[in-house]
Amino acid sequence: MSDTGHHPSREQLQELVDACVHCGFCLPTCPTYDLWGQEMDSPRGRIHLMKQWLEGAPLTDASVTHLDRCLGCMACVTSCPSGVRYDQLITATRAEVETTYPRTRRERALRGLIFGLFPHPRRLRALRAPLRLAQWTRLDRLAGRTLRRIAPGLGAMATLAPRPGRRERLPARVDARGTRRAVVGMLTGCVQREFFPQVNAATARVLAAEGCDVVIPPDQGCCGALSLHSGRRDEAVRFAERTAAVFTRAGVDAVVVNAAGCGSAMKEYADLGVDAPPVRDLSEWLTELGPVATRHPVPATVAYHDACHLSHAQGIRSAPRQLLSAIPELEVREIADPEICCGSAGVYNLLQPQAARDLGDRKAAHVAATGASMLVSANPGCAMQIAAALGRAGHPLPVAHVAEVLDRSVTG
Amino acid sequence: MRAPPSAVTLKGMDLSRLAQRFVEIVGADGVVTDPAELRTYECDGLTAHAATPGVVVLPTTAAQVAEIVRTCVAHGVPYVARGSGTGLSGGALPRTDGVLIVTSKMRRILEVDIDNRRAVVEPGVVNLAVTRAAAADGYYYAPDPSSQQVCSIGGNVAENAGGAHCLKYGFTVNHVLGLQVVTPDGEIVTLDSHAPGYDLLGAFVGSEGTLGIATQVTVRLLRAPEAVQTMLAGFESVDAAGACVSAIIAAGVVPAAVEMMDALAIEAAEAAVACDYPPGAGAVLIVEVDGPSAEVADELAEVRRLAQQTGAFAVRVAADAAERAAIWKGRKSAFAAVGRISPAYLVQDGVVPRTALPQVLGDIAALSRESGIRVANVFHAGDGNLHPLVLYDHAVDGEAERAERVSAEIMARCLAHGGSITGEHGVGVDKSAYMAQMFTDADLDTMQLLRCAFDPRGLCNPGKVFPTPRLCGEAPGPRTGVHPLVASGQAELF
Ligand SMILES: Cc1cc2nc3c(=O)[nH]c(=O)nc-3n(C[C@H](O)[C@H](O)[C@H](O)COP(=O)(O)OP(=O)(O)OC[C@H]3O[C@@H](n4cnc5c(N)ncnc54)[C@H](O)[C@@H]3O)c2cc1C
Ligand code: SF4
Ligand code: SF4
Repeated sequence: MSDTGHHPSREQLQELVDACVHCGFCLPTCPTYDLWGQEMDSPRGRIHLMKQWLEGAPLTDASVTHLDRCLGCMACVTSCPSGVRYDQLITATRAEVETTYPRTRRERALRGLIFGLFPHPRRLRALRAPLRLAQWTRLDRLAGRTLRRIAPGLGAMATLAPRPGRRERLPARVDARGTRRAVVGMLTGCVQREFFPQVNAATARVLAAEGCDVVIPPDQGCCGALSLHSGRRDEAVRFAERTAAVFTRAGVDAVVVNAAGCGSAMKEYADLGVDAPPVRDLSEWLTELGPVATRHPVPATVAYHDACHLSHAQGIRSAPRQLLSAIPELEVREIADPEICCGSAGVYNLLQPQAARDLGDRKAAHVAATGASMLVSANPGCAMQIAAALGRAGHPLPVAHVAEVLDRSVTG
Repeated sequence: MRAPPSAVTLKGMDLSRLAQRFVEIVGADGVVTDPAELRTYECDGLTAHAATPGVVVLPTTAAQVAEIVRTCVAHGVPYVARGSGTGLSGGALPRTDGVLIVTSKMRRILEVDIDNRRAVVEPGVVNLAVTRAAAADGYYYAPDPSSQQVCSIGGNVAENAGGAHCLKYGFTVNHVLGLQVVTPDGEIVTLDSHAPGYDLLGAFVGSEGTLGIATQVTVRLLRAPEAVQTMLAGFESVDAAGACVSAIIAAGVVPAAVEMMDALAIEAAEAAVACDYPPGAGAVLIVEVDGPSAEVADELAEVRRLAQQTGAFAVRVAADAAERAAIWKGRKSAFAAVGRISPAYLVQDGVVPRTALPQVLGDIAALSRESGIRVANVFHAGDGNLHPLVLYDHAVDGEAERAERVSAEIMARCLAHGGSITGEHGVGVDKSAYMAQMFTDADLDTMQLLRCAFDPRGLCNPGKVFPTPRLCGEAPGPRTGVHPLVASGQAELF
């Protein structure tokens, strides 16, 4: 492995592992433990597997299976009273798995396909309609004959891929309305940009209404989140350096991110050894800034879903609720077991389709039980995942991003 | 499934063949034989003792548990039950030559019967899940160990778990109305608190997995109190806080909970959950009173007065449920939170008469000074149940041993003051050697008779609770020849 970025040393990893006192407090919030109820699919069990590896045991099919099944939702980081940095542990362990563990050809093909696709907006665009997806996959040489066998994962994607919203071209800069209070950069995000362009448009309008000049560099690429969270560290560092450079050049006070997964990865840039302007989630930024734009009523009952990469990875729970509750005539309902992941988790629904589906179904049932007429979240992956599960359950609900709801209230 | 290890063989029946039988009973996804996977089950919440189980089985029904137990019995293989693996005495320590039966897939809440104020649950159901299931109707399950968010009801029954609110409401044994149990013969029986004759239910609760495996638990639900008030008081010293506890009890107030933490424990909790306890406190007391509104208001006023009288320099009463949760969060996370200020720690669990608290705490402080080993104190002050947390660093040569000695000495002091070696964490494997300090041979033999009546073959969680594993007289059944433990001199027959 080349040595870009800081790799935690074995000693550092040992220390991180030793911090776990084996109390089990993380078990009930772990989605895979919730699904299967076995130790090796719990955070405590996975840390034990890492410990075995650090002690010299080779990575085996079994241990890699359990590490692969981790969603990286970081619920265990939130619930651990001992402050165990599972996030750092899993990132480092995944990097080790990707570089030293021989995967089967089929796994390699699937992973190659996914990582050759998602972090590249232009390639993703080719997939905007499920029809074209089929076309693309048929033409693709990369996966060759193994394609049919890896079809379950792609099948999942075909059903998850939403009807893309109307594409609105975003200008490179949107000026603040009224007095300018800040200059912010806006990350457009790979999936967000291709499948939910209307969310980016709404984000820019809300930021401008709250007095921000919004800089949207057209040459920004992928932030590196998917690569980072899947153990492709060197690739992540390359994406991070590029993204950081683009926003540094733009000279912004902060980079505002409306996709939770991207935001959490960008907040890890320092750990990768990459300098960047401060990073804020949209809701975090707006609550810090305080509202100036008038809120118009939005008569609706919404269920708010905590995206893991917002609540667990960034610790942001109250800001989006506060923003939503401040909208006149809008009622926010809580979803049971809010800390449990919906199963989307980046590309998890492609790599572990059955587990992702089961978790989606559980989440959909809790969402339906709220009786809300709309689901609101702050991550495109969650929205796709839960919408698909709600559809399967015969309880389709419109989904919206926090930015869209705010946009409606602010623009009236 | 990968090939199971075949090294461990017991009387010609190797564990791989046993594993195949288990696959027939529960299906392949409920049997663990991979070495790396097995090792994740090597210990419970007490990591000082570890042993890789021979096979792990995860049944989903009582019938499966019974069939697993019968299979073990037929082949003379020892077995150990495990719930969430949070036990702090090594009760769920597996046997390398045996089977670990894990209840974590048996987690259905079968019935919430508000009219009769009871719930029927499977043993793997998490303690807090029972309260969650009854909360909408205004009811809850009272025993609240600090591990309530993760420990299983089956494990609670086995350990007779307690918690902060047991001062007023009693331990697990006071809240279990009935049990369905798979006996060590592999029979499914029901134990009922109302049945005439000997109180077998009472005997089973707290038996630490040695009398059988609970497969269904009927628990009592209580109506949530009309009012709850929680006070947090900061004192200069542990002594002053202790005086406050005595004053409260002397005044005839029975709080729902009286919990104390010393400076080191507060430091850990602050680091973990930023609980915002009064800065500079040498000790804090959490006092909770609950019941009818009028009564609670009177009691709170009384408790507040007593706290101020005994020198509390900061008194705060939670204004709402969120503030109450914030106060409790510091206390409930305290054990695991010491992980923030020390690489490793031992949790001691001693009991002393409340009146002896100041002396014992003085003793502990002296022990800590002499040995250079830090001790954080967290305890159920209301009923004299101490949880000294003995901190050490295993990287420092000899420190683990010194910590072990300090911990043992603390327990000896508790005994010397007329107390007990365990309040709620159980004897398990960790304290079995100390049973002889607390009981005479005749006492222990009598307990052994009870155990043998349930488990004549000595296969159900052997090696726990009792100092020397004693076996019951030659048992009927297929086992022939000398038991390996006897052969190796680890056990004796009587
Ligand atoms: C941070 C922390 C705080 C804690 N605080 C408290 C506290 O405040 N009060 C308290 O009392 N305890 C406390 N404990 C200890 C522990 O949580 C309790 O002993 C709990 O009851 C164990 O439950 P478990 O499901 O984890 O059982 P396990 O650890 O899996 O097993 C415990 C014992 O029960 C047996 N067992 C498990 N299931 C069954 C069954 N179905 N039938 C028969 N036997 C069974 C096992 O063989 C073993 O002997 C704490 C532990 C931790 C880690
Ligand atoms: S990151 Fe999520 S899935 Fe992975 S171990 Fe932690 S809680 Fe479980
Ligand atoms: S909560 Fe933290 S210390 Fe406890 S088992 Fe999980 S990771 Fe380890």
